[in-house]
Amino acid sequence: MSITVSNISKSYKSVKALENISFNVKEGELFGLIGPDGSGKTTLFRILTTLLIANEGSATVADFDVVADYKKIRNNVGYMPGKFSLYQDLTIEENLEFFATIFGTTIEENYDLIKDIYVQIEPFKDRRAGKLSGGMKQKLALCCALIHKPKVLFLDEPTTGVDPVSRKEFWEMLKRLQQKGITILVSTPYMDEAALCDRIALIQDGKILQIDTPQAIVKHYPKQIFNVRANNTYQLINSLKAYEHNHSVYPFGEFVHYTDKRADFEREDLIQYLESENLSDIEIEKTLPTIEDTFMELAK
Amino acid sequence: MKRFIGFIKKEFYHIFRDRRSLFILFGMPIAQIMLFGFAITNEINNVDIAVLDHSKDATTKEIINKISVSKYFSINQFIDRESDIETIFKKGKVKAVLNFETGFSKKLITNHKATIQIITDATDPNTANTISNYVNAILQKYQKGLNEDITIAYQIVPQTRMVYNPELKSVYMFVPGVMTIILMLVSAMMTSISITREKELGTMEILLVSPIKPIQVIVGKVFPYIFLSIINAIVIVVLSIFIFKMPVQGSLFLLAFESVLFIITALALGILISTISATQQTAMMISLMGLMLPVILLSGFIFPISSMPLPLQVISNIIPAKWFIIIIKGIMLKGVGVQYLWKETLILVGMTIFFIGLSVKKYKIRLE
Repeated sequence: MSITVSNISKSYKSVKALENISFNVKEGELFGLIGPDGSGKTTLFRILTTLLIANEGSATVADFDVVADYKKIRNNVGYMPGKFSLYQDLTIEENLEFFATIFGTTIEENYDLIKDIYVQIEPFKDRRAGKLSGGMKQKLALCCALIHKPKVLFLDEPTTGVDPVSRKEFWEMLKRLQQKGITILVSTPYMDEAALCDRIALIQDGKILQIDTPQAIVKHYPKQIFNVRANNTYQLINSLKAYEHNHSVYPFGEFVHYTDKRADFEREDLIQYLESENLSDIEIEKTLPTIEDTFMELAK
Repeated sequence: MKRFIGFIKKEFYHIFRDRRSLFILFGMPIAQIMLFGFAITNEINNVDIAVLDHSKDATTKEIINKISVSKYFSINQFIDRESDIETIFKKGKVKAVLNFETGFSKKLITNHKATIQIITDATDPNTANTISNYVNAILQKYQKGLNEDITIAYQIVPQTRMVYNPELKSVYMFVPGVMTIILMLVSAMMTSISITREKELGTMEILLVSPIKPIQVIVGKVFPYIFLSIINAIVIVVLSIFIFKMPVQGSLFLLAFESVLFIITALALGILISTISATQQTAMMISLMGLMLPVILLSGFIFPISSMPLPLQVISNIIPAKWFIIIIKGIMLKGVGVQYLWKETLILVGMTIFFIGLSVKKYKIRLE
């Protein structure tokens, strides 16, 4: 096991950040922590990267205990905090060189590991890190976290504030790194990114709701979901919420995801109801659940 | 070792790329020493005074003449009525008025006694005091001239000699003070800010999750500032010697050694401040309020410690600047060697060890 977490709890003064968290990450796995802001993801990362000590429970990273062997962990992991944490007044190259030296290595030594990523930002290597765009900053931060060839890579919300194209590229890079045998623990508030992980843990209010592969998580969704559309989305949501048989109603892109309490859903009945609510152009179609639906269902 | 050198290299990048702190580092010592040396002084020169002469006789004219030829005063105007005194003080230009009584000469000869009233504008008490002392001195000298051929039966003649600063130049007093302030500021404030900056920007988080040791981070942070502070100390000493003709009576080597010691004390304080503050803002506030004010007020730089109330005198002992000022005044003005200064030196060494010990204990290897 690359990461083991057993019964970890952590509280700040009166706030409980993590409650009895347990999970394992296998070697070479790409494991995602999925949850909204404030769900405890960053606290968990800090405990695993030896920056915080948990109140209860224990954890190991690369077979080292996070408290007793913290120095060994610090030699063997790469950490990319949620906030951009490189030196803004140093250039791309200087930042990378600095992190290479403090990890006792050189850029040349592990160049093959970062090459795919570095070539994308290399044309700007003399630009100061503070002047880079969000996507480039994240690529540089990833290079800096990788430069010493860590066994385990911790990425705390690496794609927050990054444009969709760069996000996609970033995940492709993670997939490639995974193939090189690096275990990756990544957190994200974006549900669409969850599908790209090997396994995910859905986390909310410091508790893990479910751990499984993205496919299995979706498969276990208990209800049939319908995409509902009408001429006025806002009114549609309100009307659906007022509908006596509704189980859940969530806006989802241009549609509203709707599930029904009854086992035998009567489509005509709903259409009639919505029309009585002065809605027109009503469309109702079956659709497959997503991780977001599962999350919402579990978080209910 | 390679790690450490890499770290120091990075620190120098930070310093040289931050124009503002570079300006503070090198601009401030020069600006401060010039300010204190030229502008802020306790001496008076060409003070405007007014004269209200009720007698207008030979003696008063002679006295007025004596006063106006001195470089300290220039007689700005003559007034005729008592009521004008307040008016001209209110205008603010004139700092003192000499009021000769009527029949000055006659009274002096017949009664052996005549009166001059010296009225000073005491909105600035120090200047007022100095003006009245200077006028008194001129008058006494004149009086002595009058009495030259008369022998007085009993006479006490005080002979005052001011040693170490015979001309009472205030720059002699300010140079050690400014040097102390600047070394304190550069060393303590800059290091505490540069360490807290890493915390604030989140880079400390990455440094912690890396094999670099806390001691390497601290020494790496401190090292560039030792170097820069030494340059500053040299600049200050050179400026004070060549521009203000400040003597260095004692050994330059001892001065250098004591300065480096004080720089290290201040750096240790800076590290201590950085361990207790989370943001650059706090570090700066603590440095300014907690270090600068005591250095200026309680170190004996401006206000003599011996005339402070007892509690403040006791507090002044824990201020490193007090001991450093005693040391440099001793070396520069008195020319004493280490045999007279070992006590102060030991106190500084002790303080440094204490601060370093405390900061090592307080340094966090984790985030909380």
